[in-house]
Amino acid sequence: MAKMTKEEVIEVAHLARLAITDEEAEHFADQLEAITNAMELLNELDTENVEPTTHVLQMVNVLREDKSIPGLDRELMLKNVKEHEGGQVKVPTILE
Amino acid sequence: MSLVDKTAAELQEMIHTKETTIAEMTQQAFDRIEALEPKVDAFLALNKERATEQAAEMDKVPFAERGPLFGLPIGVKDNIVTEGLETTASSRILEGFNPIYNATVVEKLKEAGMVTVGKLNMDEFAMGSSNENSYYKKTKNPWDLETVPGGSSGGSAAAVAAGEVPFTLGSDTGGSIRQPAAFCGVVGMKPTYGRVSRFGLIAYASSLDQIGPITRTVKDNALLLNAISGHDDKDSTSANVEVPDFAAALTGDITGLRIGVPKEYFGEGVGEAAKQAALDALKVLEERGAICEEISLPHSKYALATYYLLASSEASSNLSRFDGIRYGYRTEKAGSLLEFYMNTRSEGFGDEVKRRIMLGTYALSSGYYDAYYKKAQKVRTLIKKDFDDAFEKYDVIIGPTTPTPAFKIGEIIDDPLTMYANDILTIPVNLAGVPAISVPCGFDNGLPLGLQIIGKYFDEETVYRVADVFEQATDFHKKTPQTWEGAAK
Repeated sequence: MAKMTKEEVIEVAHLARLAITDEEAEHFADQLEAITNAMELLNELDTENVEPTTHVLQMVNVLREDKSIPGLDRELMLKNVKEHEGGQVKVPTILE
Repeated sequence: MSLVDKTAAELQEMIHTKETTIAEMTQQAFDRIEALEPKVDAFLALNKERATEQAAEMDKVPFAERGPLFGLPIGVKDNIVTEGLETTASSRILEGFNPIYNATVVEKLKEAGMVTVGKLNMDEFAMGSSNENSYYKKTKNPWDLETVPGGSSGGSAAAVAAGEVPFTLGSDTGGSIRQPAAFCGVVGMKPTYGRVSRFGLIAYASSLDQIGPITRTVKDNALLLNAISGHDDKDSTSANVEVPDFAAALTGDITGLRIGVPKEYFGEGVGEAAKQAALDALKVLEERGAICEEISLPHSKYALATYYLLASSEASSNLSRFDGIRYGYRTEKAGSLLEFYMNTRSEGFGDEVKRRIMLGTYALSSGYYDAYYKKAQKVRTLIKKDFDDAFEKYDVIIGPTTPTPAFKIGEIIDDPLTMYANDILTIPVNLAGVPAISVPCGFDNGLPLGLQIIGKYFDEETVYRVADVFEQATDFHKKTPQTWEGAAK
């Protein structure tokens, strides 16, 4: 496994939509390098013929009848929206 | 008259004999919270107005219609949504967030007639082992106000230990109920994955998260689990299995019970005091008729790395919903849409959350997916198999809950790996999905230690039975921390 470098931290932060300064990237790289180093321990194990576990219980699809049911009230839905107008969410003007 | 050291049954008795009323009891809980909060800092939002109204109404309900928890006060961890009561998961990104519905467990508390008094502080998004990662405040351990209460359900454990409320709900992803319960000298249960609905629990790592009760006694813990358990159509991962009466499982009889004692839980990285307290506890259980044998859970040492890869990966996906558009914190500084997202998230999340989002994003990114994420999923299979094998021969597995008692505030916050090591004994349980409880089992320099009792899938009954036998045989749960002295009655 590879260790996380400062360049990778910057790239990963971008993928995760996190703005970080150069200084922060350095700090996180030190910590994440130590963490990813510790994760290398798993390489000791031969897992060639081991099935991955995504869930401990047997999961089955949960389906319901295909019919329309009323959703939440629009006024209520907008309760936590910072700005809204005419029932729609307002976002800052952005030109790209 | 003091309510702080009473069990649910004793409180009901006091209400029945008219020694107190639900309204009076609720008022006392708030008085005590007010008196102790300057020291303990366990609570975030308080629900005083509604709780007071609700309590007055509840006094009118005929006794015949009341269950064992009716009218009793409870605090709820702040990652469980409560309609009309601010819910932040201790993050700036949810500051002022006012949920428009209740989590299923909160609905169930209402059905049981419990009075929600407020929300409890935690590590941001349940990521942490000390409560130092809260954006809002640092909760203190009632046993020593300079030490941490543990985490992430630190507020939930501290509030019970301080006697602010007799009941709280926490959540446990890698030890977040059991570790703070151990640090604060209270009883904390992480039920089997799927036992309790996660609907309305702000997701951290969905395949590991589970809500559970924190209380002063085992019996009260079992009563509270009775109230919150059960299948829920709104959570496709909740298990459709029968819910027994957990309180009825406390028979006091553990004759012939087979206890597996994993040597790895008494090995490297586990402090002498924690080992000794657990060994002494095993002797107590042997005297009551249990049979203890050393066993091995050979993949234990791989659990920590496995957990941080899987939990961080799931977190990076779960937390992508926080973008500042429909709810929560929104940046003031944005020239473009990308900047809007990036600034909102950078200003809204704390460092530990960012660390885990980045680690998870990395582990899931193309090129590293197989080496990290998939590898960890495979090791999870091996860890689960350790437990499956052990439970073929043993009824429960017992060891210390944590390697050490609570540490000082600020002592290890800058060293993530040392902080993570707090959870080496609790994490394997979440990876396997089995239930486990922490009960008080001793002290080290005046700070509590916890005993962890791990059970088979959906066999919380045996876990509770063993925990109750231990509690009845010892008096650790009757000791009270310094904050009790001089506090409001």
